[in-house]
Amino acid sequence: MSDEFDITETLDVKGASCPMPVVKTKSAIDELDEDEVLEVVATDSGSMSDIDGWATGTDGVELLEQVEDGDVYKHYVQKTA
Amino acid sequence: MSTDTPSATDGEPMTEEELRTQVAELEEKVAALETEVGDDQKKMTIIATKGSFDMAYPPLILASTAAAFGWDVVVFHTFWGLDILHEEKSADLQLSAVGNPNMPMPNSIAALPGMDRMATWMMEKKIDENGTATIEELIDLSLEQGVELQACQMTIELMDYDEDDFRDDVTVGVGAATALQHMAESDIQLLV
Repeated sequence: MSDEFDITETLDVKGASCPMPVVKTKSAIDELDEDEVLEVVATDSGSMSDIDGWATGTDGVELLEQVEDGDVYKHYVQKTA
Repeated sequence: MSTDTPSATDGEPMTEEELRTQVAELEEKVAALETEVGDDQKKMTIIATKGSFDMAYPPLILASTAAAFGWDVVVFHTFWGLDILHEEKSADLQLSAVGNPNMPMPNSIAALPGMDRMATWMMEKKIDENGTATIEELIDLSLEQGVELQACQMTIELMDYDEDDFRDDVTVGVGAATALQHMAESDIQLLV
């Protein structure tokens, strides 16, 4: 968790592997309004690179932070448009 | 002398009016080209030709992920790739134990009856343990994300399948020309 931004929704994709974390993140972001932040909680280690790549290649989203917390990978994605 | 210079008029400088018209025409062309290529909409076309259990995964994983990027994605299923979309066959795709150098058994054993089924069962178990999606889940996911799954009409007939063998949200009645048209418009084209 970070103090720098408010989390609007949390998406739990623990146990799911590629391509689920990215595809579900996309669907969850679609449900948010501009400036809201999605927290994605995953156990797939590939999600660190994949969600970064997805956010870089996708308009209207920004990856604010990624945190590795033991076996869990947390991603904070903001909808920017 | 005049016969030596038949294009004398072409060499004359253009009038201002002619130049203006030409510039306006070029501007129109550039604007049209910009709208054509300027939109950030990426496109991908995948041709799926294989219907074994393991080969069903790559096209569906790439297609659903590309759709998550907001890309326009078409997967054209032909020959055994049709089985991925075939309502009955899709649930029963098999992994081939024979000729697969990664199988922990010699071909002479892999060729025994029931070995493909066993190899498939082992793979399904691993997929489940790993939290990897099933083929059916990936098809659902792809369609939900707006991927267009196409079934080649010629091979539907060649394999003695029927259009009704495929779920309603699969596009039928398409052929090589449709596939090529999508490929020509695509940034990425893959044959699997």
